[in-house]
Amino acid sequence: MIKSVLHRLCSLSGVSGCEDEVGEYIVSELKGVAEVKIDNLGNIIAFKKGKQRSLRKVLFSAHMDEVGLIITKINDDGYLRFSTIGGIDTRVLISARVKVGKNKVNGIIGIKAVHLLSKEEKTTVPKLSSLYIDIGAKNKDDALKYINEGDIAEFDSDFVEFGDNYIKSKAIDDRFGCLALIELCKKELLYDTYFAFTVSEEIGLRGAFACAYEIKPEIVVVVEATTAVDLADIKGENKVCSLNCGAVIPFMDKQTIYDKKLFKFATELANEKQIKWQTKTKIAGGNDAGAFQRSLAGIRVLSVCVPCRYLHTPSCVINFYDCEHTEKLLFELIQKLGGESNV
Amino acid sequence: MFNTLEKLINIPSPSGFEENIAEFIKMEISPFVDKVYIDILGNVIARKTGMGAKIMLTAHMDEIGLISTFADEQGFIRFSTLGCPDLKSFVSNKVSFLNGVNGILGYEKKCELKDFSFEKCFIDIGVCNKEEALALVPIGTAAVINSSIIMQNNKIISKGLDDKIGVFILIEVIKKIAGSPNDLSFVFTVQEELGLRGAKTASFEIEADYAINVDVTSTRDISTDNKMAVNLGKGVAIKIKDKGIICHKKMTTTLIETAKSGEIPYQLEVLEQGSTDIGTVHISKSGVICGGISIPARYIHSQNEMVDTDDVNNAIKLLIFLLEKGIIFLS
Amino acid sequence: MELLKDILLQLSMAYAPSGREHTATEIIEKFLLKYTKDIKKDALGNIIAVIPSKKTNAKKIMLDAHYDEISLMVTNIDDDGFVKFTSPFGVDIRSLLAKEVIIHGVQEVFGIVSSKPPHLLSDEEMQKAYKVEDLAIDIGFNNEKANKLINIGDSITFKARTTNLKNDIICGKSVDNRAGVTAIIGCLELLKNINLEVELIVLFSVQEEAGTKGAKVGAYTVNPDTAIVVDVSHAFTPDASKDETGEMGKGVMIGISPILKREISAELTQLAKENEIPFQTEVMSDNTGTNAASIQIARSGIPTGLISIPLKYMHSPCETVMLSDIECVSRLLAEFVKGIREGETI
Repeated sequence: MIKSVLHRLCSLSGVSGCEDEVGEYIVSELKGVAEVKIDNLGNIIAFKKGKQRSLRKVLFSAHMDEVGLIITKINDDGYLRFSTIGGIDTRVLISARVKVGKNKVNGIIGIKAVHLLSKEEKTTVPKLSSLYIDIGAKNKDDALKYINEGDIAEFDSDFVEFGDNYIKSKAIDDRFGCLALIELCKKELLYDTYFAFTVSEEIGLRGAFACAYEIKPEIVVVVEATTAVDLADIKGENKVCSLNCGAVIPFMDKQTIYDKKLFKFATELANEKQIKWQTKTKIAGGNDAGAFQRSLAGIRVLSVCVPCRYLHTPSCVINFYDCEHTEKLLFELIQKLGGESNV
Repeated sequence: MFNTLEKLINIPSPSGFEENIAEFIKMEISPFVDKVYIDILGNVIARKTGMGAKIMLTAHMDEIGLISTFADEQGFIRFSTLGCPDLKSFVSNKVSFLNGVNGILGYEKKCELKDFSFEKCFIDIGVCNKEEALALVPIGTAAVINSSIIMQNNKIISKGLDDKIGVFILIEVIKKIAGSPNDLSFVFTVQEELGLRGAKTASFEIEADYAINVDVTSTRDISTDNKMAVNLGKGVAIKIKDKGIICHKKMTTTLIETAKSGEIPYQLEVLEQGSTDIGTVHISKSGVICGGISIPARYIHSQNEMVDTDDVNNAIKLLIFLLEKGIIFLS
Repeated sequence: MELLKDILLQLSMAYAPSGREHTATEIIEKFLLKYTKDIKKDALGNIIAVIPSKKTNAKKIMLDAHYDEISLMVTNIDDDGFVKFTSPFGVDIRSLLAKEVIIHGVQEVFGIVSSKPPHLLSDEEMQKAYKVEDLAIDIGFNNEKANKLINIGDSITFKARTTNLKNDIICGKSVDNRAGVTAIIGCLELLKNINLEVELIVLFSVQEEAGTKGAKVGAYTVNPDTAIVVDVSHAFTPDASKDETGEMGKGVMIGISPILKREISAELTQLAKENEIPFQTEVMSDNTGTNAASIQIARSGIPTGLISIPLKYMHSPCETVMLSDIECVSRLLAEFVKGIREGETI
């Protein structure tokens, strides 16, 4: 995995509904490498010719969008009210830094100082509706010089390498998936393969529905970052999956029961190639596979994920070791799925 | 007559793992239909071709179940649910994994039942450590509650009547129907309990003009505060509404008229909690005109559900009557 | 104002958790050296800088600002290398989740504050504010490596990062009270070519967040005739009451309280008016919760005044001030020091 490309991808703006910046970068990366088109919703669909034709239409997919905020109102005093795009835990928003609008205006999510809280206020989590973004504007007119109601705000969070090969950044979900797909697309592939970089996964898997209709694949491999809860005081199955334990191949999540044959194929392939893998010990989360599987007259789906802590916060954390194993597995799969009769 | 139902009950089919029951249904109905096949998600689709408008009839093959996700150090299997079982009713009862291993559903001793949550449950297969447990029950193995069917006093008591009673009814209709002016597709769907998944893709493919599903519905007669008007044994329920659909007025009117003219006892169903396959069928592509026929049932999603054989027979009668007459009008 | 901005940015990036302030003394001393060579550090780490007067037996004026910042403390490293901690020094716990911190161990160790994610919590648990016990810091090392880098008792601060908002507003960690330190340095800059009638002593004190301890000791050592404390105070935010807060952009908050010398408060107000320095009044009924509380009763008692910089989001990693307010404080302090003449009782 090329860390600098991941860094670049994560730093781009791509909150659901506004994925253009990410899309443009991906298109530029795929120039000369694959046939690329952009559909009505902004999904990027790429076709990479392989050495041979494929026995079946195979699609590898990742989503470009990230969770974020949208400005709902500018108060008379210049503070911004907002709502969340995608599922964000309100608690991580307190004191978070954001960038607002096309001009990426600095802002912070403020809350009354702790010293001024009443006893009851101290014991409860503030409601989303009581938080606001402060960009330092004097009043509404001042604020309107820089931003508008309806502008998007994204997390302002640095890409940091720390600990033993850990990486922290916003939007690793699912820029890692995008990176993995770009790297696959640049390789020499045995079989013709389709790649989809979808929009609006975080707000209901929306781009994927359209992609399924357009491409009509027979098999889809969804590449994602999936929630790892291997944290302090979490035991046993509640960890769901762990960092430093390899690629995650889930058999089921809240949206999908993965195709059993594909699951078996992927796990056996991983074992054969000595790729470290794990499965999820709790049924949690969901991704574009849920959309693909239930589209048209049904599509067979598989998911291969990198385990990621603190999803949907400004501080997603992954480990380089897991990235390597995930990418290795994806490469082995892409070289087989087009031609294997046993799939 | 209920032999087929017993066979259906005895083939475990937790959501997502319907392969075995699909094969059974396919073999059972093949001689009576023009074509039968199993689609990508596992739905069984059977056609009786005709010249008239296309009608899709559905019942779901899947039942609620459990799936193993983990084995702890003491050898207890931790699990998640397939669909929404009434787990409290499963505690201390036998559970059967699809690979033949049996276990008991246990509940952590020090936890109060009033704070019941499935996370405090586990399945005890009688081993002492993680390795033995995983050797017998690998992660991702599905299970169903273990219970045998009982028939007495016109009642059927069994697990999985939701919706094997619907499957049974459709199989009987297929076997007994003389013919129909309509083009009929009988769809035995998968993964209804997980969100009507099989029905969504099947309806995309079939593109029916009308659809009717056969499922169970709750009754009022065991609690005083239940707002439902439906009672066991008082007739086949014609669906007005459930959580996922407001049935098309013309369809419900047709069903009511058909019941009246056939002198078939019926009741009207407004179900506040719970959706059925037509919840997704009616919004497929450009929309489908849908209605529902429901069998009143008690203790739905528990270890033992109960239905009345008169209601079942009336449902079969109503469907045969309706289809033989044909649906020609609706626009 | 550019000078003040530059000083504040540099100071905000420095780390000085209460009780472990030594890492920031170098940068502060660097700023002070421009104005005097007489700089000492006492036993607790207070920095005492003296700008002498040409007069003999000149009155001693002390300007105080604490330079320590809110912090957490390591209590345990679990089997998987996650760091558990306690919060004795005022950090707003609500602002911790998913934030970047630095554990000041054998080296500076980067970490993310983590807790059980929403899908493992019941609806009821999601409504309750989490406690410190529910949190842990993810440093990306296993237990063995973690133990080599960190010890129990090590300080933890927010990771330094400043952001510029509109209207010359700066946001960063430890603006409480690097803003006060900045204001005093700004005052020294304004006074640098002036022959002072008084001996001016700057006390940059430690451990204010741990109970105004540095100021107690510093005031004892310095034993001034008059002291002015510079700190920060709450600025209005939409969810607070106007009764309890000052306003950002409206200048110096001049403190009035039973423990502050009335004449000093009045003099400060008068000077602000005469010199057209924007100001507001901050009335407190208690001991102010600042170093003034300790300084006032040091030795035989020291007449003390308090001026504050309006600040939003106190004790979070996003403390926010407007530069113009800091400038007002520097100007008012300079006027106050200049104005004290021989024989005046204050």
